[in-house]
This record gives sequence, C-alpha cells and structure tokens, in this order.
Amino acid sequence: MTDLADLASDVRVDLRLIAGLIAPGSRVLDVGCGDGALLELLERTRGVDARGIEISQEGVNAAVSRGLSVIQGDADSDLKQYPDQSFDYVVLSHTIQATRNARHVLDEMLRIGRRVVVSLPNFGHLDVRFRLMFLGRMPVSKRLPYSWYDTPNIHFCTIRDFVELAGDVGARVEQAIVLDGAGKRLPFSLPWIVWNLLGAQAVFLLSRDGAARRR
Amino acid sequence: MLDAPLTETDAQEALRRSEADNPSSLVMRFGTDAPLTLDAGPAIAPWQIAYQTYGELNADRSNAILICHALTGDQHVASTNPVTGKPGWWTLMVGPGRPIDTDRFFVICSNVLGGCLGTTGPASTNPETGRPYGLDLPVVTIADMVRAQAMLVTALGIDQLFAVVGGSMGGMQALQWAASYPTRVFSTVAIATSYRHSSQNIAFHEVGRQAVMADPDWCGGRYLEAGRNPKKGLAVARMAAHITYMSDRSLHQKFGRNLQDREAVAFGFDADFQIESYLRHQGMSFVDRFDANSYLYVTRATDYFDLAADHGGVLANVFKGATTRFCVLSFTSDWLYPTSESRAVVHALNAAGAPVSFVEIDSDRGHDSFLLDIPEQFRIVRGFLTGAARARGIAGPAAEVRP
Repeated sequence: MTDLADLASDVRVDLRLIAGLIAPGSRVLDVGCGDGALLELLERTRGVDARGIEISQEGVNAAVSRGLSVIQGDADSDLKQYPDQSFDYVVLSHTIQATRNARHVLDEMLRIGRRVVVSLPNFGHLDVRFRLMFLGRMPVSKRLPYSWYDTPNIHFCTIRDFVELAGDVGARVEQAIVLDGAGKRLPFSLPWIVWNLLGAQAVFLLSRDGAARRR
Repeated sequence: MLDAPLTETDAQEALRRSEADNPSSLVMRFGTDAPLTLDAGPAIAPWQIAYQTYGELNADRSNAILICHALTGDQHVASTNPVTGKPGWWTLMVGPGRPIDTDRFFVICSNVLGGCLGTTGPASTNPETGRPYGLDLPVVTIADMVRAQAMLVTALGIDQLFAVVGGSMGGMQALQWAASYPTRVFSTVAIATSYRHSSQNIAFHEVGRQAVMADPDWCGGRYLEAGRNPKKGLAVARMAAHITYMSDRSLHQKFGRNLQDREAVAFGFDADFQIESYLRHQGMSFVDRFDANSYLYVTRATDYFDLAADHGGVLANVFKGATTRFCVLSFTSDWLYPTSESRAVVHALNAAGAPVSFVEIDSDRGHDSFLLDIPEQFRIVRGFLTGAARARGIAGPAAEVRP
C-alpha cells in the first residue's frame, strides 16, 4: 500500500481528506463515484474492498476500465438493493447537491454503512454570499462551474444546513473538517458560524446508532 | 422463396456431418467410467467434448479463461471454422493483444453439449445403436453444458479458471458456472444475457422449433438416416431468430424500405425488399453449417434456463457467499435480453455482497452488439480483466493500443 503522506499533491485535497478518515482494509461503497478516482486512491492507500455506483456511462466505463467494481446506477433509486450495514463506510463525495432527495439518500447511506462520509461544497461560503448579495447573480466559480439553468446541482446547502439534516435523520457528526477557498483546513476551535462563512467545502464523518436506525 | 438453390455442396455437407463425430478441433473423449449426468435424469456415456485452445497454460495453472459460445456458435472463437472457412467468431475480443489476450492467458473454448461441431449432440452417433442420436438424446440444459465443460477443465488439469466469459447463451453459462462451481471461477464476464428466459424468449424459440418440425424433410428427427435435411424449416427458424438479434432502428437504418435489385415492387411474393433478401440469405447460409436437431436442443436448453428457480426463486441466494468477481454488460438496444435483466443479476449480486461491475453500453445495433466492433465493450472487458489479474497475481492483458 502507498502511504497517504507520499501522495503527489495533485490528488484532490478533499479526496485525500476522505482517505484519511477510512480505516485500512475496510469495505467501502462510493455513491456517485465518477471515474473512480477516490476508489482507486482508497484501494491503493488503504487496501479497502472498494465498490462504487455511478449514474453516468462515461464515469462507469472509466472506473470499470480501471479494474474497479463499479455499477451503473442512481443514488436516488438504487441504494435499496444493498443490505443493512453491509459496508464499513458509505461515501458521498461532492454528490449530495446533485441528488433529487438528499434526505432519503443520506438515510439510506446510514442504513447501508456503519459510517457515512459526506463531502460537499458550502453554499454559505463568503464568496457565494458576495456574488448573490452584491452582483445579484447565482454564483459561478471554479468550484461551482455551472450556470443555474444547466447545473446538475439541484440541492445546494450550507454547512449548517447539512448539519441540521444530519441531525434530522438521527446521525451523529463524529468528525467535521472544513477547508477554506485555498484548500487549507480551518482551525477546529472556530465556531460554526465562521466555518459556515469561510468554509468552501466540508467533509463529515457520520454514524447512527441502532435505535435511530430503526426510526 | 426458400426453394432457391441452396448453396451447400455435397462435399461441404459431408464435412459438416463428419465434424459431429470427428471434429477437426481437439476433442476430449470420456468413456463409460466417466458418464455425464444430465438434469433430465439419465447419464450419457461414452460422450465427448470438442474444444480449441489458444495461448499457454502457466506453471501454476492459474491463467485459464473459458469462453462460452452463444446459441449457434462453436469452439472456433479465434480460429478458422472448418465448415464455413470463416475466421473465428470473436477475434475482436480474443487473440494476441486483445482484451482476452492469448499472449497472457490460456484460452479454452468448447462446443456446447447438444451442439453439432464435435461435442455430443443429436447429430452424434449413439453408441448403443450406431445411428445418429436424433431425438433419442435426452434434452440438455445450460447446467448440463457447464457440467460437461467442468469435466473438460478438470481433465485439462485446471482446478480454478481465472475467468469464464460469454455473451448471450454464453453469458448464461458464465453465470451458471459461478452458481454451480463458485470456487472454481475467479471472475465472470456475462454479456448481453439474462438469468432466465422470458415468456417472449421462449415464444420466439418455439416459432423456430415449429418451423423445423413442420418441414417434411425433418422426418420426425430421423432425417440424417433418411438422407434428407429440413433446410427450409431451419432457414425459417433462423430468419425469425435473426430479427430478434437486431434492433428496429438498426434494421431500418440498414435496409429501410429499399427494394432489392428492382425499381418498383413486383406485386408478387419474391424478395421485393432488401430486408427479405437479407433474411433469406441469413437463413440459407445458416443451414449449411448447423444441424436442425441441434437447433432444437440448444434453444430448449435456453428456454429451461432459470437460475433463480433452483434457489427458491430468489436470485440473490444463487450467489450467496460468492467471492467470484463479476462483470455484467448490457446494450441499450438489446430487446432480446434487455438491460433490466442484467440489472436484476447485478442487484442480486449486490445483495449477496459479491464484487460486481456493471455497464449498459450505448449501442443501437441490438443483441448482436456483443459480437460487433463496439470499442467500449472491449475497453471495459480489458479493464475488468486487468483488475482481476492484479487481484489474482497473474499477468493481465496487454495495455490497449489506441489508434
């Protein structure tokens, strides 16, 4: 296995963060795995049993051609086929904003996985607020490259919105990591309100106990 | 009409008939000490299985890939067919530098049980009577075909296959292998296939069988001894089946309503349209290489195929505890074995916790896409086998050479 610290810096910072949260040798399902970059990283650096689900044909083709166990499917409708607690981790990396029913997807992920990792762009970031407030336009940036009318991202949320949703589905936030616009980690000691303003993206590690699961 | 002169010469017919007992490929013969048990009840012995191999078996016998052929395919996956003189049927997939790379893998392809190119089938000589089996051969199933292949693989000294790969009926065999011999299959590639025959699938096959049996030359299945051949019936069966292998769109793109060698319709029942002429050609060239009774047997085998039925109707139970790595591929325009059937297999594999890759490939060429030059398919199989080879600790296929 390659050590995480040895990775070239061209590996996306949020992917490296996620990899850091995953215990070696575990079973991982990446929902919306794209071309399999994260799964390959996890196989290489964490020796995990990696599985993926991806909606786009180009994504699945690329991932399977890399030798990954990835199936073509839709997070909104195809998670039900997986048994309860069949994975150690279920990962949703920069995908939650593209789901139709984000609450249902998160709920299903918590059913399937013992732990859930979610990374998301923060729509409460200062830059987004600035564009809306002073330019009066929906924000388009490097991280949010789509125009409002052709974006796959239909359910943007802020860090605080997501934390509230996690609470609603009975999940506990075991760990939260927030990155600023330059990809640097914001200090843990800062209050939520600062994270929500300065955080460009966030990674959450969630879990849910058995009682909450049965709700 | 189909009584246009059929093209097969006497010499060709003699060759085709001799292939049934004495194939020009390799053949493994099993005596009365190694009977083949059949789902229908009786065992057959002696029996034989004809096969071809390509590439070299490695020292620890871990690089063998079994290719399972489709309904009317044969063991000549990457070598010239002795009856038709045509190149192998899957040379795009199998060969040096191909996804199933014969420079890296030891590739085995056998003729199916019930076939007519050297494996025991209805055209083979019944050892009890010295005459062709005809319908005296018990009806065979996909599981029987796989059991026969397993005995061949054992006889070749191979304990575990690195991969079993097949499309259509070959895909059924690949899935059946994983179900029957889970520890003997490291990985499985099932393309354009299903876990069971649908009512519509059975219906089309029944049309074909009735066409064969309605031909007076079929002689109740005893045409070989009568020196006759139900060519018209078999040709009609092939024509009907061939339609199911193509999509409406691809047929229309290829032929439209174009007329065949004429300016206007002839107000008769000649082949006015190109599609008619094409289908007649497909039907007539098929009878030159295939045995009519064999067609009855292999279509019946697929009709009886229902993987879930043997496991309480729950497909996931078939693959419970499976460690085999699966790759399932379907094609968007395949209406014979549509994507929904592949998805059912994938869902069952996920429910069973088995490692599975699944892609629906965009193609408008219907079921036959798996035999055609669809680069996506080859890229995916190459990638899948590369990953599986890494996990198995053997050399994978050569990297893709892009034009």
